[in-house]
Amino acid sequence: MVKYLSQRIIYLLITLFLISSFTFFLMKFLPGTPFRNQQKLSPEQIHILNEKYGLNDPVPVQYVKYMGKLAQGDLGISFQFDNQSVTHLILNRMGPSLQLGIQAMILGTLIGIILGMLAAMFQNSWIDYGSTLIAILGVSIPSFVFAAALQYFVGVKLQWLPVASWDGFSSTILPTIALAIGPVATAARFIRTELVDVLSSDYIVLAKAKGNSYRDIAFKHALRNALIPLITVLGPTTAAILTGSMVIEQIFSIPGIGEQFVKSIQMNDYPIIMGTTIFYSFVLVVCTLIVDILYGIIDPRIRLAGGNNS
Amino acid sequence: MSTSTNETISKDMFELVEVNHEDADVIEKPQLSFMQDAWLRLRKNKAAIASLIILILLIIMAAIGPSLSKYDPYTQDSSRINLPPRIPGIEKLGIFDGTQEIAGKKVNVYEQKHIKDYYWFGTDSLGRDLFSRVWQGTRVSLYIAFLAALIDMVIGVTYGLISGYKGGQVDNVMQRIVEILYGVPNLIVVILMLLIFAPGILSITVAMVTTGWLGMSRVVRGQVLKLKNMEYVLAAKTLGASNTRILFKHLLPNLAGVIIINTMFTIPTAIFFEAFLSFIGIGLQAPKASLGTLIQDGYQTFQFLPFQLWIPAAVICILLIAFNLLGDGLRDAFDPKMRD
Repeated sequence: MVKYLSQRIIYLLITLFLISSFTFFLMKFLPGTPFRNQQKLSPEQIHILNEKYGLNDPVPVQYVKYMGKLAQGDLGISFQFDNQSVTHLILNRMGPSLQLGIQAMILGTLIGIILGMLAAMFQNSWIDYGSTLIAILGVSIPSFVFAAALQYFVGVKLQWLPVASWDGFSSTILPTIALAIGPVATAARFIRTELVDVLSSDYIVLAKAKGNSYRDIAFKHALRNALIPLITVLGPTTAAILTGSMVIEQIFSIPGIGEQFVKSIQMNDYPIIMGTTIFYSFVLVVCTLIVDILYGIIDPRIRLAGGNNS
Repeated sequence: MSTSTNETISKDMFELVEVNHEDADVIEKPQLSFMQDAWLRLRKNKAAIASLIILILLIIMAAIGPSLSKYDPYTQDSSRINLPPRIPGIEKLGIFDGTQEIAGKKVNVYEQKHIKDYYWFGTDSLGRDLFSRVWQGTRVSLYIAFLAALIDMVIGVTYGLISGYKGGQVDNVMQRIVEILYGVPNLIVVILMLLIFAPGILSITVAMVTTGWLGMSRVVRGQVLKLKNMEYVLAAKTLGASNTRILFKHLLPNLAGVIIINTMFTIPTAIFFEAFLSFIGIGLQAPKASLGTLIQDGYQTFQFLPFQLWIPAAVICILLIAFNLLGDGLRDAFDPKMRD
């Protein structure tokens, strides 16, 4: 376990190092100016600004400086957003993103589990087909199309919920549903497959032979065992929610990290792009690691060593 | 009665049956190749077949659609902006009749502007014909998706074959590289790549391929590791077959199933990614049209002119659903044991 853990953490560090280096050098090749009104500035002013942000140093020096600061959690200073530090900006905007992400994760997984269970218990009935249909739609329909549909029908036509704002719980409902549709589909498919598998295993047959009711078997015996592997999809689900959050936050104008990321891409704000990229990568890589470790702890049958077959 | 029938059957009516041992090996049913077998199973899957037909129709429309309409997808016409859809024949049913709700009242925009022509899907904010633009966009989206899937396949299969077949130190090093790349979130790589390359069809494809091939290489490697210890490979080796022959003649055909399944799932992912990138504004740039840019354009005004968003959105949803269903069907057809 210790050997496996240390090996995984080394990979994690290498991955993060590569991503941050890659990001840094890519940003150096980017076209466009980082300053908002470059045309109005005199060459001297540009020189002073470049000096201030350390852009006059040779690239290798900038690189070493950047990586040094990064190790201390300092992601640099934004060019566009009033010279705020990127770390500060990201932390400031983490609340809404985190809230939406967690709400969507819980809602999505719960509904997914219920749908998957129903599908497995009533195999090949209309319930099964309905749940499969929802799963297929959830996997296929792009989150931004779904979000736009929700916004149009629930927000604009029915006027039940705010179209795009960020105040109070009611404004989080639509974006949460839009974000959750992906996890619903993944969880539903997964649970159905697992349950169908588990329901035909020997101990379920035994439980039936002992005269337990069908509902008892499904909940007490089958579901527990089917839930364990669900942990493995949490990694990809986190990635999906992160990806989704960029467009969803933009569509519903939520002051989160994703919205700021998209904005900074359009405004050439290198430090924010770099910082958010590294932040996202960090979140994803750490989540994957946690999921793998959790899985090993909960289900000791999974051999941790090697890690090639995961 | 019974005795009389017995009497009518004479001994010479009987013939001695000789057991022919060669007959035991005769196979009555025609032999099915791997692909024929898979097709037989796929044919039973109604959803997959329906998806296949829809996909073929959409591909045909993407090919000929833009030329079906008499308007060019790029020509702007300021006198004909934001026209709602109007289709001859169907307009009598009260849908697609060129009417639009303005301030709560239904107004026929065509009559208002004295336009005799029909725009089947309406026009956009620059007066361009949406029908030809949607199919032009479908063409571009499909092109990007197929190209990305093809390149993913070539790189992934080659990498997986070499890594799995060579084994040992080569495999070790190659897998460490994959492991590190696997940790990199693909969306982030794609966005970063698009920031340096000028957005275009090729750069979007290249950006998606950068990490897209990893999944394929993993699956192929896993299969090769399993297959290379099979008896038939040993037999081929004993008979003196070269490595290339074993790889291409023996292993590759047995990998066909997983390769096809994997590619089928890469295509919808690529379509989604292209649309996603265009939606956040770093995909294809105007005046080029893809389904993503059309959705992005339509989204700007969708509260007032919803058709500009729903038509391209419907096309992309149908495409993605059909590809996913077909992929599911193919997976079941190629490997009935692997159902999920």
